[in-house]
Amino acid sequence: MAVPKSDLPQGTLDLLILKIVALAPLHGYAIAQRLEQVSRGVVQVPEGSLYPALHRLENRGLLAADWKVTGTGREAKFYRLTGKGRKQLETEAASWQRLIDAVALILGMADGGAR
Amino acid sequence: MNWWQRLWRRKKMEEQLEKELRFHLDQHVNDLIARGTAPELARRNARLALGGPEQVKEKCRDARGTRWLEDFFQDFRYALRALRQRPGFAAVAVLTLALGSGATTVMFAVLNGVLLKPLAYPEADRLVTLHGKTEKYGENWGFSYPEFRDYQNASRTLGSVAAWTYGGGTVTRPGEAEYLFGRHVSPGLFSVLGVPLTAGRAFLPQEDQPGAAPVAVISYSLWQHRFEGSPETIGQQLVFDGKSYTIVGIAAAGLRLDGQADIYTPLGQSTDPRMQSRGAFFLHVLGRLQANVTLAQAQTEMSVIARRLAVQYPGENQGRDMVVHPLSQEVVGDVRPTLWLLLGAVSLVLLIACVNVASLLLARAVSRERELTMRVALGAGRGRLLRQCLTESSVLGISGGALGMLLALAGTHPFVSLWPGSLPRAEDVQLDWRVLFFAIGISLLCSLLFGLAPALRASARELECVLRSGGQSPGRSTRRLHGVFVVAEVALAVVLLVSAGILGRTLLRLSSLDPGFDTRNVLVAHVALSPAVLENTAKTRAAWEDILDRARHFPGVHSVALADVVPMRVGEDCVGYWATPVQPPPSQTPLALTSIVTPDYLNVMGVPLRHGRFLNEEDRTGKELAVVIDDNLAQHAFAGIDAVGKPLWVQGMSSNPVRIVGVVGHVRHWGLAGDDQSRVRDQIYLSFYQLPDPLVRVLSSVMSIAVRTSVTPLNVAEPLRRELRGSGGDQTLYDVHTMDDLANASLDRQRFLLWLFGIFAALALLLACIGIYGVLTYLTNQRIPEIGLRMALGASTRNVMRLILGQSFGMIAAGIAVGVLGALAAGQLLKHLVEGMQPTDLSTFAIVVSILLAAALFASFLPARRASQVDPMSALRQE
Repeated sequence: MAVPKSDLPQGTLDLLILKIVALAPLHGYAIAQRLEQVSRGVVQVPEGSLYPALHRLENRGLLAADWKVTGTGREAKFYRLTGKGRKQLETEAASWQRLIDAVALILGMADGGAR
Repeated sequence: MNWWQRLWRRKKMEEQLEKELRFHLDQHVNDLIARGTAPELARRNARLALGGPEQVKEKCRDARGTRWLEDFFQDFRYALRALRQRPGFAAVAVLTLALGSGATTVMFAVLNGVLLKPLAYPEADRLVTLHGKTEKYGENWGFSYPEFRDYQNASRTLGSVAAWTYGGGTVTRPGEAEYLFGRHVSPGLFSVLGVPLTAGRAFLPQEDQPGAAPVAVISYSLWQHRFEGSPETIGQQLVFDGKSYTIVGIAAAGLRLDGQADIYTPLGQSTDPRMQSRGAFFLHVLGRLQANVTLAQAQTEMSVIARRLAVQYPGENQGRDMVVHPLSQEVVGDVRPTLWLLLGAVSLVLLIACVNVASLLLARAVSRERELTMRVALGAGRGRLLRQCLTESSVLGISGGALGMLLALAGTHPFVSLWPGSLPRAEDVQLDWRVLFFAIGISLLCSLLFGLAPALRASARELECVLRSGGQSPGRSTRRLHGVFVVAEVALAVVLLVSAGILGRTLLRLSSLDPGFDTRNVLVAHVALSPAVLENTAKTRAAWEDILDRARHFPGVHSVALADVVPMRVGEDCVGYWATPVQPPPSQTPLALTSIVTPDYLNVMGVPLRHGRFLNEEDRTGKELAVVIDDNLAQHAFAGIDAVGKPLWVQGMSSNPVRIVGVVGHVRHWGLAGDDQSRVRDQIYLSFYQLPDPLVRVLSSVMSIAVRTSVTPLNVAEPLRRELRGSGGDQTLYDVHTMDDLANASLDRQRFLLWLFGIFAALALLLACIGIYGVLTYLTNQRIPEIGLRMALGASTRNVMRLILGQSFGMIAAGIAVGVLGALAAGQLLKHLVEGMQPTDLSTFAIVVSILLAAALFASFLPARRASQVDPMSALRQE
């Protein structure tokens, strides 16, 4: 809890969800846990905005959902990536990568200049 | 899932959402407990992490994308529920709106059928009519036959030009003798209109010649009732006016040329002596614009031709221009402004209805203030509240509109049949998609109109301020808004009341006008002589003598005369005249209405004789032509000098002047209302017995008999018809009227408008009173604690009454002030649109304002009295 948490940049929540779900179909709670794990507690994902995001993605056809029985014997809604979602994930990931590279490049340049 | 699937499975989706979130919470709680958190704390933390479950659900619903529709249904159900709770309010609102929108829809349906729909001809927008125009007498001129031929040959902008004139006669075979209205038409007429004949063919050019074989096209209805629609009708013979015609065609069912006609004959075969004259402008001409030619281009060309003809035939055509108008304009005639006027008036009523409902809704919205602010506090967006209010008003508006549509459905045809005279294109008045759109449009517009004020209010309220005040006293702005409603209602009612008032006064004045003759106990009817006697002028004259003789000795008949023109009946004849030997240029020649009458006409009609004598039995052919003029002509041409014995030159009568033998009073030929405004008012009477033979032949087809009776005139009509059937049994009386009816009918338009405006004004007054009552009751109820306080502090009942009435009086006075300005404008408009309209005068205003004031104060009296009887203690306890 020592690392300061920063807010999630706009639009990245969708990308993260798509990425997490791409590995295996998961239910909402599992996605929330995975999010926390993978972001190592660095970014704050308000759980309250997770479900609206899931529903939005489902509505846009990027995710599909099925009700399945979990290991504990309860029924839960499992989200999985659709073909459309996979494509979306690829393009968004690529564009994020480009952005990150560009930002890194600029930061590195400024660094070099100061030296 | 489609959006509509999502919509339909709303309930299931809600359950799933609930299940999903509960699963999440349970899992989280279990995990936390597993990690050693106390169950209570775990539950709390899990909830905190997720956030408010209702908020999350709301956001998830938003994410579905069908939110607006779901909300709409929810609002809709809510609105229905809310309205069901107050059935009285809902009923008043819906009925008010239904009346307003129903009446407006009826007016629009009529306007749509008559003015907006294209005529029922192919490419009707290219059909035009042509009229002669002179500076002095305007655009009411027809064409002479030679002139028509000139235009037909010269025009390039008009693809085809056709002419027609009225005709008619007695058909004797096959079947019973019957008078038929007919039209002489040029051969191109059917093709200009572009309506194919039902069967057979139109006239050929070679049939349009004097002396060609007689051929006729008959109307669809004549074909149906005289020939039972038999296909063998084409080629059959029809004996019409004593001549045997071969039927070559059957016209289309709906064909109309200024009313329905039953028989069409080639114009070129007409033996009318006017056919040869360039000075007889008796033809109606219509044409079809060439493709890509505009009306303006056609107009330019017509004027060029007119100028050329003016040079070529200065005697007849000098100063004569030609104007082109769309055919639709001529068909519709002068109904256009009346229809717009009525639509305007009825819209005012609708507007009042809207204002009324708006003020009711506003009062409701204010009493629901706490509910609305509570909703805001619970997280409802402002837009959401606005939408909810608008949904509610739309439910009212649309149910009102739907009911109004039903009213319109039931009311349009009765309304059209009540139209004075006959409404042009009445057959085109139907409820079609345009009317439907209009009805839906106005009900939505109304909903918006009366829903917006409460809705905007609801969304704009300062939350805490309202919650704190407990929603008890209406804010200043609400009170002002209510005031505006009352002012608007009163103002609109004043406009309608004053308009009705002016119309009423106009009607009173017009019906008290002296028509210039005695309308009582006079019967007039057209006479169609037996075709057999029309062949020979001597026989014709003898037949007329026989008719006069028989009628004169008929029981109940006081006196009888013949006349070609009857006052206040459609159909007149104008000729130019001058009183000095030099004829003025044709466009400057004054015109007079001519009546060809027999000597007893003066007695029959009861026209007063001013100077000299009327025409008498001595005025016969061979004697000097005698003429009697009216007051007006005497004034115009002789300026007060005694005209008796003076010569008068009458165009087309003879080259020599005729002798004025007497002056009689002016007769209001154009009707009680229309006469003062008409351009041709001078009158000339000539004796039927002095007509030359050819004119006798022509006029004999249009002569009427006028009978003064000593009994109720209509009782004489039927026996007289039988008496005058003639030796061949084929002489008919048609178009039978009493002069009282004709005089009455000349005010039909004014009376009709008065009735409608009277109804509208009464409705407006009633609605305004309901509105004032409602608003005041509401405002007073809100002020009860204040009133209680005042009374506790010593205010008397009278003080309280004065307080409330003063408040209402202020609003009413402001409304009257605004309304009077509006009424002045409306008065100007009416003056332009209605013949014989009185200018707006002070007494009308005074009466109207006092009626309105009395009604409005009465409406405010009840709430004021209730307020004055408030028990101060209980009122204060309410606080």
